[in-house]
Amino acid sequence: MHPAPSIILFSTLSGLGYGLAVMLGLGLLDPALVSTKTAHLLALVLITGGLLASTLHLGNPQRAWRALSQWRSSWLSREGVMAVATFVPLLASAWASLFHDMRLPLVGLLGAVMCAVTVYCTAMIYASLRAIQAWNTPLTPACYLLFSLAGGLVLVAMFATLGGSLSGWIALAGVSALTAAWTAKWAWWRRLRTMAPISTPASATGLGGIGAVRLFERPHVNENYLTREMGYKVARKHAAKLSLLATAAGGILPSLVLLAATISGTGIAIIFCTLAFAGFALGSLIERWLFFAQARHAVMNYYGG
Amino acid sequence: MTLLPTTRPPKKLGLVIDLDVCVGCHACVISCKEWNTGGYGAALSDQDPYGADVTGTFLNRIHTFEIVPEGGEIVGEAGDARIVHFPKSCLHCDDAPCVTVCPTGASYKREEDGIVLVDEDKCIGCGLCAWSCAYGAREMDLAAGVMKKCTLCVDRIYNETLAEVDRVPSCVRTCPANARHYGDLADPSSNVSILVAERGGFDLMPEQGTRPVNKYLPPRPRDRLADKAMPLAENSDGAKGFFAWLDGVLDRI
Repeated sequence: MHPAPSIILFSTLSGLGYGLAVMLGLGLLDPALVSTKTAHLLALVLITGGLLASTLHLGNPQRAWRALSQWRSSWLSREGVMAVATFVPLLASAWASLFHDMRLPLVGLLGAVMCAVTVYCTAMIYASLRAIQAWNTPLTPACYLLFSLAGGLVLVAMFATLGGSLSGWIALAGVSALTAAWTAKWAWWRRLRTMAPISTPASATGLGGIGAVRLFERPHVNENYLTREMGYKVARKHAAKLSLLATAAGGILPSLVLLAATISGTGIAIIFCTLAFAGFALGSLIERWLFFAQARHAVMNYYGG
Repeated sequence: MTLLPTTRPPKKLGLVIDLDVCVGCHACVISCKEWNTGGYGAALSDQDPYGADVTGTFLNRIHTFEIVPEGGEIVGEAGDARIVHFPKSCLHCDDAPCVTVCPTGASYKREEDGIVLVDEDKCIGCGLCAWSCAYGAREMDLAAGVMKKCTLCVDRIYNETLAEVDRVPSCVRTCPANARHYGDLADPSSNVSILVAERGGFDLMPEQGTRPVNKYLPPRPRDRLADKAMPLAENSDGAKGFFAWLDGVLDRI
């Protein structure tokens, strides 16, 4: 699948934003601190930026509001509805922190749950597509949710440090979430490597009974929408290296520096936590790029890919 | 509404494509583009139409496959390998995932005849329906920014201003080899249902769970070239009748 930058940015940024919002909603930070207020704003900026990025790949973005109508059947529509609805508790929580130095526990909890549901809907857009076997697994929403959670904890660790104190258990929770996220991702990659394709040129043409089916000629000499959108293969060659790089930058590095930050002075800890976030962001972007670039679409059975 | 019809459509209009007959001339591709670029919805645009990198929107494309049986080698040598031309357009699936994934309600399946259509005024061009289709039946038009797909020539088949013979999809009307058949696949006595029953019509990728309406007819078994060896020009063994006499006369001269 073609890794469109707008979609990669959308799911990475909104995943981080929702993860941070979950942690703020659960009350991990003191609402009166400037760092916490900044965290509220950053969460909203990440979520809004991600949603805006997602409209960049639309052919007719002026009609995007229509995407809120088909929540009964479409995961994309459900995600849109949830994203809009989730702004209500998130804005209320941010308002309470920014202007009243207080936390609304129930609103925060509701916001946290709605954030998780929104991330789940995002993942299900991909996981529900049987034509893309790599995505069509419960491991896909598991990865999206765990990455969002891990990103939220890494960000919260950073803001806790900025606020003056990083408690050991936030760092430990962060390391656990990072471990869980990358374990799920490696299980996802392992499934991708070992699965037998459900659709083959033989089943796509129905001619497997006669013999081995091989594409002889494409319909047209040049590329078309389908081959551009679904025939992306560049990553497969480097997938192993990139997945190691992503895990090192987004999993191992943040875990180590988070633990180091708990035993270092505030100044050093801020640097460590920022480094943890930078590493996680880079690793997530690589992971999300691979998510698209590695996935093979069933239609490629008709295009010899 | 992008929920699929809850009642079974009384009619299931669709195509039956005969892979034994298709000669791969691409006439249906061109007639489809010609009819549909001026008919239902936005035109089927081309990008860089006169340049080196021409590309465009098509609702019907012909792929060509080589089928090599076990022990078969190169086409023509072993005699068993064969070329099959493979026309492909929307299959108007009963369980069409392209319909249910649509976030706007632009994509829908008609209750009266099962045709899957796009209401282009509602389409935001997100492309998710094209992703959901295992068959590659949907292509985004890059000029209009909306999703295009086979309409089963809905603006021909019910069009009473056309002569009755023309009230079939453009590809069916055009095919010079009669490889494409149109009819109601819900009616067991229709021409297409009889073809499917008699020739063993099959679904593409049944494992995708889409229950396509369109069916494909398999290529008929072919005689092995080796069994039908023709006498070589250098060899007159086995000549009969007039040629045996001529062979003898020429030998004696």
